[in-house]
Amino acid sequence: MSELSGLRIRQLRVSFDGFKAVDGVDLDVRPGDLRFLIGPNGAGKTTLVDAVTGLVKAEGSVLFGDEELLGRSVHKIARSGIGRTFQTATVFEELTVLQNLDIAAGAGRGMLTMLRRRKGVPESVARALETVGLAELADSPAGTLAHGQKQWLEIGMLLVQDVRLLLLDEPVAGMSHDERQATGELLERISEERTVVVIEHDMDFMRSFARSVSVLHAGRVLSEGTVAEVQADPKVQEVYLGHAAAGDVLDTAAPAAVQEA
Amino acid sequence: MTDSRLPLLKERSALKGRSARAWAGFAAAAVALFALAPLALSDFRLGLLAKYLCTAMVAVGICLAWGRGGLLTLGQGVFFGLGGYAMAMHLKIADAGPGNLPDFMQLYGTATELPWWWQPFANPVFALAATVLLPMLVAALLGSFIFRRRVKGAYFAILSQALTAAFAIWLIGQQATTGGTNGLTDIQGFFGYDLNDPINQRMVYFIIAAALLLLIALARQLIHSRYGELLVAVRDSEERVRFLGYDPANVKLVAYVVAAGMAGLAGALFVPAVGIISPAMIGIVPSIEFVIGAAVGGRASLAGAVLGAIGVAWAKTALSEEFPAAWTYFQGLLFIVALAFLPGGLASLVGMVQRRRASHASEEPSPALPVGEAA
Repeated sequence: MSELSGLRIRQLRVSFDGFKAVDGVDLDVRPGDLRFLIGPNGAGKTTLVDAVTGLVKAEGSVLFGDEELLGRSVHKIARSGIGRTFQTATVFEELTVLQNLDIAAGAGRGMLTMLRRRKGVPESVARALETVGLAELADSPAGTLAHGQKQWLEIGMLLVQDVRLLLLDEPVAGMSHDERQATGELLERISEERTVVVIEHDMDFMRSFARSVSVLHAGRVLSEGTVAEVQADPKVQEVYLGHAAAGDVLDTAAPAAVQEA
Repeated sequence: MTDSRLPLLKERSALKGRSARAWAGFAAAAVALFALAPLALSDFRLGLLAKYLCTAMVAVGICLAWGRGGLLTLGQGVFFGLGGYAMAMHLKIADAGPGNLPDFMQLYGTATELPWWWQPFANPVFALAATVLLPMLVAALLGSFIFRRRVKGAYFAILSQALTAAFAIWLIGQQATTGGTNGLTDIQGFFGYDLNDPINQRMVYFIIAAALLLLIALARQLIHSRYGELLVAVRDSEERVRFLGYDPANVKLVAYVVAAGMAGLAGALFVPAVGIISPAMIGIVPSIEFVIGAAVGGRASLAGAVLGAIGVAWAKTALSEEFPAAWTYFQGLLFIVALAFLPGGLASLVGMVQRRRASHASEEPSPALPVGEAA
């Protein structure tokens, strides 16, 4: 694995027909961080990730290590070591778990390898199968996996892709308590070697596993810091409850935001 | 690490079963094509079969591009036509003999010598190579434009149809150099062999049968390679593939170009089998017919697509002999029924039966249907 890299976003702006979805975001994620992005619906969290991964056009600057990402095409950004998942798990349903992982591992393969049949399991794929706990299901079509397992498969695909930055969009949505716990521990292990950014609405999950938190609101970064710092920030409390309220807001704020467009 | 060996072993044994079945199918097809058919069929029927096999060669490419890659190739007539005309041009020049113009040019044209773009086709090596490479080159140019612009689904199909129509119309307009509506007709010889001799017609049949088997083997290798897995991934979720660091445009382009080459070869061999190539054989309707065969048989399955293409072509002859007017309606109906009620074609019925048996035998959950998305 290559050395850790961080993400440095400056004055990022994305607008759709005049609507500013991301409006001048500055964000630093240090190498090896496990950063959570939270914020109400429409705060621009997913759009931010879309901009970083090249899916939407954006202005400003996104540096990953020393590389400027803005202006590159999606597959080139992916090749420079940035992987993402989506709110709804998108795996290749008709291919097996093993095939899914093998494809994820293969973006750098040459012509001759591509035209030959896959023989055996590449080592990185075998390791990822272990890490995400899907070794038993390697030959099952991905379409038959349970929801949580699909999310894990997606994370496994990012691992074999050998990305250095994982951008995960609500990885634990719809998971049971045990699955959330397992996913959180998985993310902790992964962030020892890679930088991880998680968009999440589940505040319990965030409190348990976040090393740092950024709160987005109306396309801007509202607050940033540790979980405790962010929770104590009156601006955050205001956004989450609509008015400044006493008490630990984020403890009860989760139901307000279950899904985001 | 020890656990990860487990799936590998399971997969190996599945692979072995699959490839044993494939060899058996391949051997059966070879026996049927090289022994049974020539013994059982009259010269006339064998000639018809040769024609159907050409359709099946196009279907092999459609299986790859549409069945595996999700590209609804409604314009294979262009590539079939390029291959066919390249071959026919050479054969017409050869028929006319050195220094003479092909018959139709003497009839309709005012030119005293071959047009410049005909001249290279006097060379048999150039002409043979062109039957495959010219369609591939055209497909590569069209494809890189189309796929990079991210034209897909119905738009891709419509664009393919429009190109087919344009090509046919252009051919019709060039009466003096392409034979116009008549096409290039009355082809007598095939590299020195007289096509009116039944023995040589049989030889052409054998060449076509061998070419078909070759294309099937080639397509099978592609489908089961890593590339084939990636192609299915692109079909099912192009965006996701892009985020894995691949450019889906290139992945689709390969399937499109290979399918074009196959259609070109089919067109080239169609010419000596039938003795003619004309715009009516490569326009919109034939382009749709190529796809119907694959759709009915099962576009994602090689055996399905090939048998479907032969079956539909045979049904066309049989039914249009009996009810000349009704065939077109029947054909349209067949297409709609296949797409609406059996998107995986007849091949998916076989799969369903197999899975039902398997799930009766053991209580394992049955895997998802191997049915591709429409277009």
